[in-house]
Formats: sequence, structure tokens, C-alpha cells
Amino acid sequence: MSGLTVESDVDQASAGQRPARRGAAARRLVDRVGRVRELGILVALVVVVAVTAVANPAFVSPQSLRDLLLNASIIALLAVGQTLVVVTRNVDLSVGSVLGLAAFLTAQTFAANPGLPLLPGLLLGVLIGLACGALNGLVVAAGQVPSLVVTLGTLYVFRGLDFTLARGRQVNAADLPDALLSLGSGRLLGIPNLVLITLVVIAAGALYLRAYRSGRELYAIGSNPDAAVLAGIPVGRRVFVAFTVSGAVAGLAGALWMARYGTVDAAAGTGLELQVVSAVVVGGVVISGGSGTVAGAALGALLLGTITSCLVVLRIPAFWQQAITGALLLAAITVDRLVALRLAAALRRSSRAGRRDEGG
Amino acid sequence: MADRIRAVLRWETALVVLLVAVAVVGSVRTDGTFLSGGNLFYLGLDIAEIALIALPLTLVIAAAEIDLSVASVLGLSSALIGWLWTAGWPLETILPVVVLVGAACGALNGLLVTRLGLPSLAVTIGTMALFRGLALVVLGDTAVADFPASYTQFGTTPVPGTNLPYPILLFAVLAVVFAVLLHASSFGRAVFAVGANEEAARFSGVRVKRTKLVLFVLTGAVAALAGIVYTFRFSSARADNGTGLELAVVAAVLLGGVSIFGGRGTLGGVVAGVLLLGSLRNLLILDDVSTEVLTVVTGLLLLVSVLVPAVGRRLGRRVDNSRLGRRVDNSRLGRRAGRRAATSAAGPP
Repeated sequence: MSGLTVESDVDQASAGQRPARRGAAARRLVDRVGRVRELGILVALVVVVAVTAVANPAFVSPQSLRDLLLNASIIALLAVGQTLVVVTRNVDLSVGSVLGLAAFLTAQTFAANPGLPLLPGLLLGVLIGLACGALNGLVVAAGQVPSLVVTLGTLYVFRGLDFTLARGRQVNAADLPDALLSLGSGRLLGIPNLVLITLVVIAAGALYLRAYRSGRELYAIGSNPDAAVLAGIPVGRRVFVAFTVSGAVAGLAGALWMARYGTVDAAAGTGLELQVVSAVVVGGVVISGGSGTVAGAALGALLLGTITSCLVVLRIPAFWQQAITGALLLAAITVDRLVALRLAAALRRSSRAGRRDEGG
Repeated sequence: MADRIRAVLRWETALVVLLVAVAVVGSVRTDGTFLSGGNLFYLGLDIAEIALIALPLTLVIAAAEIDLSVASVLGLSSALIGWLWTAGWPLETILPVVVLVGAACGALNGLLVTRLGLPSLAVTIGTMALFRGLALVVLGDTAVADFPASYTQFGTTPVPGTNLPYPILLFAVLAVVFAVLLHASSFGRAVFAVGANEEAARFSGVRVKRTKLVLFVLTGAVAALAGIVYTFRFSSARADNGTGLELAVVAAVLLGGVSIFGGRGTLGGVVAGVLLLGSLRNLLILDDVSTEVLTVVTGLLLLVSVLVPAVGRRLGRRVDNSRLGRRVDNSRLGRRAGRRAATSAAGPP
């Protein structure tokens, strides 16, 4: 995608006034495809739910729909943070471990201090995640080393730390304050609390990426890191912030995980990172950076979660679940790629036509 | 002189020094148990699958791609062995079929990456779920364990007269094959060329897509081989065999000094990295250190393996710059002087 924008910019620069209109048309085309991407996931979501509902009408009962949203909310939350990172052409594989570490430490703190109010406790989870994310960001940005390796390393380090601190113990729901557990299971105006919190985080992430200068700069970094440096964007600082946010969100997800499940041991959230990356990619965030939205990523999480539930309802053996998830992920990136190729061809045609006009 | 220092300061050298240090510390702490034949046998067995898969993955990463589906191919091949064995196939037929299926899995990865131009990270995260899912579809959550002793003994007894486990013998043979392939063949040079600069490689006549496809197929086949080893070593065919192994293998390769950006790395370094990882793991277990600490150590090693070269590069650049400083200043002055001369020659209109 980055190549495309650069190409059309060059065309605009080389020709005069008319291409500005052409550039706008091209941008509209890109925009439309972007929107179609999210629409595509929505359509897939509706189809999946509809097919399942035909087989079992109870699937679309309010309670069942609430459960669908609730089950997807933790992954969707993580997907928001991951989107910020992936958009900059990085990846954060440590989110599962950060979630586990934050969940266990927060749970332990609550268990040890029965009088602890809710908010400072949850904030502790966020801060633990923030610290982990800042460490990732610092190593990636200051050390200028690939994030895949760094976060693979911290995936082990954070998880190992988690196990070392837990020493085989687990925190049970009985040790946690009731207010916390009712936060995890309660709802407001019929919508589960966790879903509401997730929606707030999605909205904040979407607003940041869409309307804030530093948010837009994340896309610029992912499209072309070298050009971003030349354009005066503080690449290191932005990447650091993206990782820190991803960590903080994972910390929040850890605290909510604890509130939801009540029982926390050191293995909480193991292997979650790949589910999150899958959700992000299915949601149309390009793994090589520069393109994608938070809403798309969250929808991707919802789609993957819904399909899992549907398979259960349709009595398809659970063994098929993973194969279908994998096939879906491959289909999503393949379709994305084919659309991008089509788009590139269309843009090239329109710019060529424009150049002919220019000559005549 | 500088070149000689640089050669000594190679990452591979550091790995060998670390390896020796671990061996010395290990044998002192365990009164020699660490280097005893029996222990080395278990050390070798313990890392067999990681070691095997690390070989082709080295080439894949050197070509600036990645394959995260290896552990799932291992699981699929294990599940297939169990399924076909239960269906009454003879093992002599099953094993080649399994390796072929592994190669086919690799080919799927390779075709998606080369024909559609998809990023291998995304593709292999997808096939990781797909292949593991197929393994579950094939065998479910059952385990098949009634393999004949003539096969399972390869995982439990050393090569007669030595303390070498059979899988490590296989690893040694394959290591030589892959070392020759990477470092002494035109294919290996093509791999590095693709990894260093794909476009330049294409313009130099390297068949980039073909090269990558071959690498993915090789990785799939060797991962299936590792699945066979795993199955007979534990005498148990299960669909979830080797879950999570992919990260350990990638860690071993990167620890071996292969650049994740491609274009750089040696197979010797990876062998040293695998041995270091295995020795540390073994030593910590002998020392009764919990496996959790082991996880932390693995992660830290991985971080160190990327941070040290990065810091080294930066220091190296600073040294080069300070040495070049004078020359750079001179040339800049010279250019400025030249420009001044040019403007004065053109003169005011």
C-alpha cells in the first residue's frame, strides 16, 4: 500500500492541476476499499451468526449474543494495542505473557490486601503492563533491534517471571473482593461491563489513530520507516509509545481477565499472542505495517471468537476449530492481497490515463 | 589487525566460549555428572527436535523469511503416524508418506509466500493453526502408543559403542548436509543474496521464488522428520505433540547469530546456539533449578543475542566515524571550497 501512495504522490508532483483531482479519486478508491474491508468482516460475521441461528435459534438470544461479545472482549482489547504496534511495522508477541503477569500480580495484591479499593488495584495491572511494554519499546527503539526477536524474548522472560513469582500457587475467586468479581460478571444497561470497557478502549484507540498527529505518524512509520525519519517524525519515540500502550492495554486485559475468571495462576493467557495476531490480521491490519484500523482488528477478534462459538453450537467436533481458524486467516490475507493487487493495477491505469490527457 | 579482532569478536566465538564456560561450571557444580556419557545422552535427546528443525530454519531466516508452522507440522506428522499405524499400514510405508506430507505442508507455505507475495509471518501463523488443526482432525485427542520396540528403541538407546542418541546422529549428518548447502554451494549463496537484498538478487539472475519455495519445502520435510523422532522417542503419537516448539526453535536459530533481517548467519553458529541452549537447560535441571528460571534464561539469551550485535555495530560505527572524521571534514571543506570557487567563477550577472 505504501508503494501506491508514493506512486500517486509522484504523479501529482510531476503533472499539474488535473492530477490533484485524480489523486483525490485514487484516495477515494483506497478509502472505499478500506471501508469495504471492515464491511467484509461484518458481512462474514452476520452470515456466520445467521447460519448458526437457523440451526439453533437460541444462538441469537440476547444472553447468547452477550456471551459472544464477552468472550471476544479480552482478545479484542489486546488487538487494539497490537494494532498500534503492527501499524508501525512491528509486532508484540509478549502480550500473552504480560497479561498473565499483570493478572497474577494484581490478583495477589487484591488477595493480600482485602480492603484495597477497586480502581487502584486495576490501575496496578495497567501499570505492570505499562512497565513491560515500556521495556519492549525501549529495547526495540533504542537498541534498534527487530521487535519480533525482542518480544519473543520478553515473552519468555515475563512468563518465567510470572511462574517464579507464583511458585505454583493460584489465587481463587474466594480470595478476591466481591466488587471485583461483580465487575467481571456484571453489566450495565444490559451490556456486560467488560464489553463496555473494551468499547471505550477501541473508541480511544480509533480516535488516536485517526485524529491525532502522532497517531497518523504511526502509519507513516509503518509505510516507510526511512521516509518517516526524513520527514522529521521521531520514529523511536513513536514506536516506544506504541509498545508502551500495547503493554498497558495488555495489563488492563490481565486485570479484567482476573475479574472475569476469578481463578488466576501463572499460566493465564498462555499462547494468546498468536490469537491476537490472527485477529489483527483477519481484521485487515497489514502485518507489514502502514495500514489497518483498530475497529477492524476488534471485529477480527469478534469474528474469530464467534466462529469458535458457532462450531460448538453446530456440533462440529471441536477438533475442526483450529483448522478452520487457520484456513480463515489464510483466506483473509489472500483476499486482502488480491484486492491490493487489483487496486494497484487500477491506480496504475488511472495515472497512465491521466498522463495521456496531460500530453494531449 | 582490526579484521583479526573482529574475527575473534564474532558472535559464534562468544557462543563457543559460553558453551565451554557452561561445560566447566556444569562439571564442577555436578562433580562431573554433567559431562558424563549418560548425561550427554539425555542432553542430546532432549534437544533433538529443536536441533533438527533449526537446520532448515536457519536457511529460511537467512533468506529473510520465517516459518512458525514447524511445530504444527511436527504435530501433524505425529498424528498421521498414529492414524495410519492404527489403520494397519506398515511403518516402512508410513514414514516416507509422513515426510512427503511435511514437504507438502512446506510447499503450501512456500507457494503462498512466493506466488501471492504474502508475508511469511502471517502465512505461517495461519498454517500453524491449520496444520495443528488438521492433526487434531486426524487423531483427535487420543494417543497411539503401541509402536514396535524395534522403532522406539531409536529414541531410548544410544548408538552401540557410543553415548550418541540416534536422533543426534541424524542431526549430525543433516548438519553437515545443510552446512555444505548453505556455505559451499551456489544455492547457499543464492539464499544469502535473497536475504540480503531480494531485488538485487533477482537482477543478478537468482531465481528468488524458486529458492524460497525450496527452503520452505525442506523445512516442512525436516519438521516432519522431527515429528517421527518425537513420536518414537516418547513412543506416543499425539496431535498436540511439540506444541509451542516453534518459538524455541526460532530462539535457537537467532541465538546462533542468524540475522532476523536475513543475509547473515552461519550454520556453525546455530549448532553452537542449539548446544548452548540444550546444555543450559540440562545444567539447570541437574542443578534442580526450576524450569521457570530456565524460561527466563532462554528469553534473556535471546535478547542478548540481538542486543550485543546491535551495540557492537553502533560502537563499530563510532570507531569508524572517529577514524574517518578527519577525512570527512577535509572532504566537506574541500567541497565547500569548490562550491565557492564555482559561484565566484559564475560571477554576478
